[in-house]
Amino acid sequence: MNNETLWLIVLGSSAATFFWRLLGVTVVEKIDPEGAVFEWVSCVSYAMVAGLVFRMIMMPESDLASVSLAIRCAAVTIAFTAYFAFRRMLLAGVLAGGASLSIMASWAG
Amino acid sequence: MAQTSGFGRVVLKAVLDSLSLPAFILLTTMMGFGSLARSSGFEPEMAALATAFIWGLPGQLAMVELTATGQSLFTIIFACSLANARFFPMVVSFIPAMTRGKTGFLELVFYAQLLSINSWAMCLRQFPEIDPDYRKLYYVVFAHTILGAAIAGTLLGYHASAVMPDTLVLGMIFLSPLFFALVLSAVPQASARASLILGCLVVPPAHLYFPSIDLLITGMVGGSLGFFLGRIPIIRRVLT
Repeated sequence: MNNETLWLIVLGSSAATFFWRLLGVTVVEKIDPEGAVFEWVSCVSYAMVAGLVFRMIMMPESDLASVSLAIRCAAVTIAFTAYFAFRRMLLAGVLAGGASLSIMASWAG
Repeated sequence: MAQTSGFGRVVLKAVLDSLSLPAFILLTTMMGFGSLARSSGFEPEMAALATAFIWGLPGQLAMVELTATGQSLFTIIFACSLANARFFPMVVSFIPAMTRGKTGFLELVFYAQLLSINSWAMCLRQFPEIDPDYRKLYYVVFAHTILGAAIAGTLLGYHASAVMPDTLVLGMIFLSPLFFALVLSAVPQASARASLILGCLVVPPAHLYFPSIDLLITGMVGGSLGFFLGRIPIIRRVLT
């Protein structure tokens, strides 16, 4: 693809993402933060983010798909175990999970 | 518990909190994005601008992956937009936790543009420790620190990915979802916890049958069910 098209892709994608942010701003002033509608919208955002994270780990479309599901599941288990073992320390969980995935992937590959 | 207050203390806390892990997560994740952007034919400044202005990894990944497979301009932009649709409910749920009273429209637009899953999840987690009058400051400093790390990571990954072993790059890509999974596991409210669990259960069939709008379906179905389940006393007790 030529450079002009690539620039259009970047700018168009930015604008298309900004649309959702702007929509959120126009709606937020009209919603009572103590009310049921707000709680429901929060639930929708939690479900979307959880679905996204689950999809990134379990059904990746990125290069992560080249790592077997068993290795990905094992790395997630190791991450959560380290997180709770080190009194809910995020750094411990993330490092243990990332490192174990790299090590297991290089053993398997 | 005493809340952090005062300009200097809040700025310091925001910088330290972001550098403690989120900035590192974004640096490594965006290195993955930078290397993919290069293999899809983007220039380095395009990749950096995409990080700065799209500022949502799933949409950025959709953009570079569809560009690599030679899709049309409209298809790419539409897919990026759908992949980032979560910003709509995220902005709605985030702004009231941060602002008190009336805030100008343009100021809100500025906050909305800076939002990412990272700042959304981490600030919602940290806000109880911060004086309500200083939460906006905390958020703006936090968001800019991780944005800086993300742009640095994009450029670093763009130029350095060739020298990193594949398995290391895979581990780096993996850090981001892992980090969100750990942060979200600590969410306190019953309805939110129910929605998180249901989101994971709904996404596989949604992805199988409606791959382009899987997350919208997941949010609507999982979130609505989670909202109702969170109102049932027995489920409330189990989840909190």
